[in-house]
Amino acid sequence: MSTQPAILPKDAAAAEGKVNVQINGKWYRFPKGMRIADACNSVGVHVPCFCYHPKLSVAGSCRMCLVEQGMPPRLAPGATPTYNEDGYQSISWMPRAVIACANTVAENMGIRTDGKLCAEARRGVLEFLLSNHPLDCPICDQAGECKLQEYTADYGSGTHRFTEAKTKKGKNISIGPRVNLDQERCVLCRRCVRFMKEIVGEEVLGVVGRGTHNAIACYPGKALDSNYSMNVVDICPVGAMTSKDFRFKMRVWFLKSTPTIDVTNGTGTNINLWTREQQVYRITPRQNDEVNSCWMPDDARLAYKYINAPERLLTPLVRTDAGAPQRPSTWDAAIGLVVEQLHKCAPSELAMIASARMTNEELYMVRALAKQLGITKLDIVPRSCEPDNMLKSADANPNSVGAKLVLGKSGSGLATIRRGVRNGSIRFLIALGEDLTAPEAGFTKDDLAGLDYLLCVSHSANDTTRAADVVLPGVTFAEKYGTMINVTGRIQRLNKAIEPLGEARADWGIYRSISEALGCDCVTVIACPSPMMVLEQMAEEFEPMKGLSWGSIGNEGKAIIDTGVSIPLIEREQAKK
Amino acid sequence: MSDDIKYLPGHEPHPRETRRIFRNIYRVGYDTSIKCFIKDGGYETLKKALTMEPAEVIAEVKKSGLRGRGGAGFPTGVKWTFIPRGNTKPVYLVCNCDESEPGTFKDRYIVHQDPHQLIEGMIIACYAVQAHFAVIYMREEFPEAANIMKKALAEAEKKGFLGKDILGSGFDLKIILHRGAGAYICGEETGLINSIEGLRPYPRIKPPFFPAAIGLYGCPTIVNNVESLCQVRQVLMRGGEAYAAEGAQRSPGTRIIGVSGDVKRPGVYEIISGSLTYGEMLNEVCGGPRRGRTFKAIIPGGASAKVMRCDEVLKGRNPDGSVRKMSIFDVPMDLDSIAQHGSMSGSGGVIVMDDSRSMPKVLNNLNRFFAWESCGQCSPCREGNPWMLKLSTRICEGKGSPEDVDLLKSVADNICGRTVCAFGEACSWPTQAFTTKFREEFLALTKPINALKPHSAEAAEARKFLTRDDEA
Repeated sequence: MSTQPAILPKDAAAAEGKVNVQINGKWYRFPKGMRIADACNSVGVHVPCFCYHPKLSVAGSCRMCLVEQGMPPRLAPGATPTYNEDGYQSISWMPRAVIACANTVAENMGIRTDGKLCAEARRGVLEFLLSNHPLDCPICDQAGECKLQEYTADYGSGTHRFTEAKTKKGKNISIGPRVNLDQERCVLCRRCVRFMKEIVGEEVLGVVGRGTHNAIACYPGKALDSNYSMNVVDICPVGAMTSKDFRFKMRVWFLKSTPTIDVTNGTGTNINLWTREQQVYRITPRQNDEVNSCWMPDDARLAYKYINAPERLLTPLVRTDAGAPQRPSTWDAAIGLVVEQLHKCAPSELAMIASARMTNEELYMVRALAKQLGITKLDIVPRSCEPDNMLKSADANPNSVGAKLVLGKSGSGLATIRRGVRNGSIRFLIALGEDLTAPEAGFTKDDLAGLDYLLCVSHSANDTTRAADVVLPGVTFAEKYGTMINVTGRIQRLNKAIEPLGEARADWGIYRSISEALGCDCVTVIACPSPMMVLEQMAEEFEPMKGLSWGSIGNEGKAIIDTGVSIPLIEREQAKK
Repeated sequence: MSDDIKYLPGHEPHPRETRRIFRNIYRVGYDTSIKCFIKDGGYETLKKALTMEPAEVIAEVKKSGLRGRGGAGFPTGVKWTFIPRGNTKPVYLVCNCDESEPGTFKDRYIVHQDPHQLIEGMIIACYAVQAHFAVIYMREEFPEAANIMKKALAEAEKKGFLGKDILGSGFDLKIILHRGAGAYICGEETGLINSIEGLRPYPRIKPPFFPAAIGLYGCPTIVNNVESLCQVRQVLMRGGEAYAAEGAQRSPGTRIIGVSGDVKRPGVYEIISGSLTYGEMLNEVCGGPRRGRTFKAIIPGGASAKVMRCDEVLKGRNPDGSVRKMSIFDVPMDLDSIAQHGSMSGSGGVIVMDDSRSMPKVLNNLNRFFAWESCGQCSPCREGNPWMLKLSTRICEGKGSPEDVDLLKSVADNICGRTVCAFGEACSWPTQAFTTKFREEFLALTKPINALKPHSAEAAEARKFLTRDDEA
């Protein structure tokens, strides 16, 4: 026998709790118990899977992930294993392929995905899946992000041997208010069934029929109406489950996806915003195991329509005389008008209502503006919702933690401001990013009509903007950069997916411009060229943000404050590990 | 003892048979009551077993070399030892009475005519693996047997053979009867377990769901065939060594062979394993082919076993090691001999076809069965089976081309070995064997002249395109 290394690789790996695995001829080290599919994918050896989803139980039924596997030869009793010069045992390959999703790695295991056995197995499985598939890619919404399409291109045979009549199943079935099912496109991976059972905990979907007539269906009398139903559209590897909201709207290859976060709830669900030119088409969850795993609620997913709605304000509006209609104006004129009015007003007659829907950078600029004006009556609008024990927290504001950190406010002073408006002690009100007539803010139209002056920054028209003397058009979350801190104390980034619509401007810049026009001379405020620079200013000022930069937050965010709040779904997922 | 047993006329055992399990089948004056069974020495073996330690019972069964009779032929005693050591969960025993392999019809006689034999075997097996809850999974198609079995279970409980503290041994056992809904796949042990749990009978993936480790409700579960459990009783009755001494060395004991198809006397026969060859069985015991016919093909172990041609030349080995030529008729009927020739003895269902049979039609019939019975869980089996059916149907209808025969074989090759459970092999082996061994019959059907029956409406329709207008 040739020389062996002093320490055998198996012992070295065992000391780290790992095992040595040969993949396509190269040796790697993986933690014990890792699935073969995960191991292969982690080193760039692609293993195609339909039914396997890391967050769901293993079904092992699509047979797409078949790989060639080998182990050291079984020793005769009393024999000692022999090792080659690298310290590995020889591998005897098994004649049958094994599924990579259910089997775990083991010491001295060999995996081959580039051999004939594996190639034939993949080609065979794809041929079977395609045999009864309608092949309607040209009208299928999944085209472009369809696993069946991708794997067929990568591993399929390219020719067609099936010439028989196809199995007929149900098409265009409405299985819920937001999801449509095409049973013929389905590859019966049962990801949707397992998702509803294991993640949502509602057994709504099941399989009916036998053999080739197997089909996904709702249980009698039930519908896929959970607030998490649209996640099945995401995990469906083919076009069987389609979103009623998105279907037939846009080819996915025309869309640009921007990683950002959801702003409808304090959880700050990580999302991808799919846009083409200046139009937003859909939202899908982005995996973040600390925030939302792979999922998101339907209501948050559909909360994008206001971005391109006709209510959007595209130019500054000013009202020059009381009772006159608002007229479009230019930014310089509008800000000049605001400054003129603000100079007339005593700080004690001024109040400002900011928002926990603002990014940290906007809040920082709001604080500077308040300081410049000497405002003491300042607060945010608190907003709550029914938590669902999944991903939705009770706090419906996306950045309450940030508002508390930057402004030191959490909504308790709102009543005082309301009282001041009603008893006439407050004459001038600045409403930033909030509709004051909304129930959570609690102002009435009469309250607003009674003011001497109302300045409003908002991205869409509402009763507050209609009552305002000056309206400055801000932007939605899709049009800006910034950071927010979610209920668990994790700072996360918002990314700009589209340019501000019309003449709207990023809110932080609006506040900076007003401060500057008011004569602010603080360089850290007026010299900031971008929200990223604002963040760096803040990192110096606020203890929890110390050392943070735009780059260091990354797409996954960073936990910076311990709020003691946790997300139930994430807690459950981590308990399962 | 067997001298004073009388059998109903027409059901007398053949002289070459050895009736142990089938001792009371069609016996004159024997019924399914516990009285009759006890009078015949029933439950005595149980009493003996209960005096032994459970480990001793397992050791005895291991010593006997008893192999499972459901089809796979796995050693029963070894299976019992697969329960994880240090297990703290309850252990379950499931009797697989879902006898659904076409061509197999042995267990039905036991549950219809001698249910207490099975119950006694089950109690012994449960005692050995220390299971206190057992299930008889009976197929839908045995409604009468279900009634008989329910009655038998009640009788046994009344007599103290079931329930708490069986015969004062301190061992408790409850056996329930669970009825399936008539699906072939429920005979697959993990599909069966899912069916008991009230789920779709999708077979589970192995690993990790080996029933002996993670079975019914996640607990260690032993699944045994009806005949296997009856054989357990025989092992304890005769002693492991005595049992092992009889019959073929690697598959001792008796075997029940069900012969169906083109023989003069089809039926079930209990023989000492390996004591007869297929030729002796079919020609002597079953009376040979029907008048004027010759044997053409044999499926030796249930529908999913690979078919054997009767004129196939097999290579056998003489005791001195030299090779001799032989045919299927020279192969002994034990579990392993036929496996050396590329098929399997499986569940002992021998299906015989004579020269009047069209092999493509036989295959088409099998394909229809498998396409209907595929559970649909995994892609190759779900989509492959209907494809094979459609191809073989087309060939049988004379609408196939020679390439379709190769395609049919290729589809089977793509299923085999790539599925969750053994159904993948069960459904693809017939196609692989039929298309290889009887290729000429398939090819003949692809020739137009043979394909069209001359006077059928179909032929007239087809000829429409063969006839020129000006000739009409």
